[in-house]
Amino acid sequence: MESNLTSAVPLLPDEPVPALAAAPARARRRKSGFGWSGLLGAAVLAFWVLAALFGPWLMSQSSTAMGGAKVFAPMSAAHWFGTDYLGRDMLARVIDGARYTVGVALVATLLASGIGTTLALLAAATGRWLDAALSRGLDTLTAIPSKMFALLIVAGFGSSVPMLIAAAALIYVPGAYRIARSLAVNINAMDYVTVARTRGERTPYVMLREILPNIVGPMLADLGLRFVYIVLLLASLSFLGLGVQPPAADWGSLVRENIGALADGGASVIVPALAIASLTIAVNLVIDNLTSRSASTRGRA
Amino acid sequence: MGASVKVRDLTISAGDATLVDRLSFAIEPGEVLALIGESGSGKTTTALALMGFARHGCRISGGSVRIGEVDVLTLGAAAQRQLRGRSVAYIAQSAAASFNPSRTIMDQVIEPTTIHRTIKRSEAEAKAVALFRDLALPDPETIGARYPHQVSGGQLQRLMAAMALINDPDLVILDEPTTALDVTTQIEVLRAFRRVVRERRATAVYVSHDLAVVAQMADHILVLRDGRMHELNATEQILAAPSHDYTKSLLAAARPVPREGGKASAAGGELLLEVKNLSAGYGPRDAQGRPASIILEDIDLKLYRGQAIGVIGESGSGKTTLARAIAGLLVPSQGQVVFNGRNLKPDLADRSKDDLRRIQIVFQMADTALNPSQTIERILARPLEFYKGLSGAALQRRIDELLDLVKLPRAAAKRLPAGLSGGQKQRVNLARALAAEPDLILCDEVTSALDTVVGAAILDLIAELRRELGVSYLFISHDLHTVRAVCDEIVVMQHGRKLTQVARLDYDRGPHHPYYELLARSVPELRRGWLDEIDALAGRSSARAAVLT
Repeated sequence: MESNLTSAVPLLPDEPVPALAAAPARARRRKSGFGWSGLLGAAVLAFWVLAALFGPWLMSQSSTAMGGAKVFAPMSAAHWFGTDYLGRDMLARVIDGARYTVGVALVATLLASGIGTTLALLAAATGRWLDAALSRGLDTLTAIPSKMFALLIVAGFGSSVPMLIAAAALIYVPGAYRIARSLAVNINAMDYVTVARTRGERTPYVMLREILPNIVGPMLADLGLRFVYIVLLLASLSFLGLGVQPPAADWGSLVRENIGALADGGASVIVPALAIASLTIAVNLVIDNLTSRSASTRGRA
Repeated sequence: MGASVKVRDLTISAGDATLVDRLSFAIEPGEVLALIGESGSGKTTTALALMGFARHGCRISGGSVRIGEVDVLTLGAAAQRQLRGRSVAYIAQSAAASFNPSRTIMDQVIEPTTIHRTIKRSEAEAKAVALFRDLALPDPETIGARYPHQVSGGQLQRLMAAMALINDPDLVILDEPTTALDVTTQIEVLRAFRRVVRERRATAVYVSHDLAVVAQMADHILVLRDGRMHELNATEQILAAPSHDYTKSLLAAARPVPREGGKASAAGGELLLEVKNLSAGYGPRDAQGRPASIILEDIDLKLYRGQAIGVIGESGSGKTTLARAIAGLLVPSQGQVVFNGRNLKPDLADRSKDDLRRIQIVFQMADTALNPSQTIERILARPLEFYKGLSGAALQRRIDELLDLVKLPRAAAKRLPAGLSGGQKQRVNLARALAAEPDLILCDEVTSALDTVVGAAILDLIAELRRELGVSYLFISHDLHTVRAVCDEIVVMQHGRKLTQVARLDYDRGPHHPYYELLARSVPELRRGWLDEIDALAGRSSARAAVLT
């Protein structure tokens, strides 16, 4: 390697190049795919996404037909998850609700994290007054209690799906911004960012190429957490009757509608609650595996 | 008086990898053994194992460690806790990280006695003060009342030695205790350590990568590489007649050899960079435009094309700030930087792309200077695309050329920085600067974070690039040896001012500025007894000073 060097030092290989094959077997296995927990999470998540997309067409029972069935019926062959307070089929209701819960929460989460991260990168890479203005501005938003803020928005503009998405996204932008900014400020102080600046790179390049790839891992983990918060926020809004309006219902509304069954331990209140739990756990399992995967491909840094 | 230490077949593993492989050695009571090797050789791992301790993820998988009559590895967790801080004491590399900032120094120095309930608090404090005095600390009576941030790094390192010695341990482990210190501070600390170790006849293990330092401290030297013992012998024997090739290469790398840098004449050459009357600092500026804290004052510097100028000074002397001001990262409060006959704009953002291309900066820590999420290929490709607009096959060819130039295998291109060693990362770092085909490269402590042998290879590369490509360097370092090895002239800085400038021919011909002389004297020499001579010299001069006053 240094054979043509007029070296002052007896020739020695610089240092052995660490072979990739020497990486621990565990890291290699993780690199090739998800662990079992990630696969489980991905399966549950895929199930709910498919249910949201195609569920309504596959159902034999209508989610709005009241039929002659009993109110709060237990699980049976005809109604797998029993019936609700109006005698509607619970399975159809839950699958119908998946469209609202998964759709609204997912879009709102992506919006909140996306906007928060972009603003944070801008603040970190530009610095000075823009950073101060953005940080203080978003701090003001944090000062308003989130549910109160959502109530205000819904009271002011009415409850519709776009409005719910906007409200949830707006409420969770400051949190995403704060985390992304604190990560980005650290990366911004790294020598490689300084090198990029001395090269004459523009701010967008520094933001997207130098800083963003190094904060993606933690931001994905944060995305998972934020998704859970938003599902819970929507559920509680629906529980208060301010979310998705009847006869349509997301999972939060389903819990509220059927709260009367709680005393009897009815399936109609437990099933939507379980659906919320399974979705949030699944998303976090997937995210955890994503981040450990990107950490291992980035090496043992 | 220390105890004897016997280590037999010590094996330490992490997962499937063996970090230390069947290591056996013995230390007589009152002797100092040095463990020497490059980073990753297992020297700290071995030293920690002497306390029965293995870092997270590591396991002591075999062998025995016997200190006096105690078999350390067979002890239970509680008995090992009893041992640590009492019969075995550890002095870590970074004292600043080892002290609790919110407690006084005295509280922490005597903490081992309260933990082990050895002596009463009043006795312990008296003993600590005696130790402070032995370690040549200023104000031994009152220094204990201060907090860690109120003393200097070198003092903190000595205070940690006091903490380690307060229980009169059988064995003291010193883990690179002077590596993070400036040369002039290092000599003070070494002197203090050697005195307490000798006076107490303590058995000690001294872990270091610096042979010259070890030569002053140790009776025996054990050379470690990849967890295996390569050589164990008396210090004189190792220095005079090393038997192993690896030891020879370590010795060669530790001895400074001037590298031929090509034809750079200060007289007839073309002036490339001229720094005129430059001042810079941080903080808000007052009415005259002077910043609140001034780091650089009135620096003048001339660098001719093809020349390499070294900037040397201790930490806080402003040498890195000088590089930042030249690169445009810090706007000077006064003065100009003239480059290629034109005034450079003070702020980076106002400089033209070509001006930016001509000055490249290479940082100390290769770890933070390379984006961990980009492959080496990407890292090298960017300046080529950005400045030259290269793409496709031409880009690929140039990347290969650059890798050849810095002597990296082409296979490295597909790797991420985490897949490379420290020396290789520093080569990528240099290659990225060279990609811009600059006139001037600002090297900021480029070898400081590297092992001696690897650092020497980087210095060779730097000198060779200068010969072949004719690039100029402004080479910033705290290490006089390094600077002397590659530079034609040395600028000495202290407290933000340029004290003197010394040309290569005059490196060894005095008289020079007293501070330069002090720096030159403070670099440990690779032979036994050097520190004693320095001590004798210092003793004579202080005696003379006493007579004069």
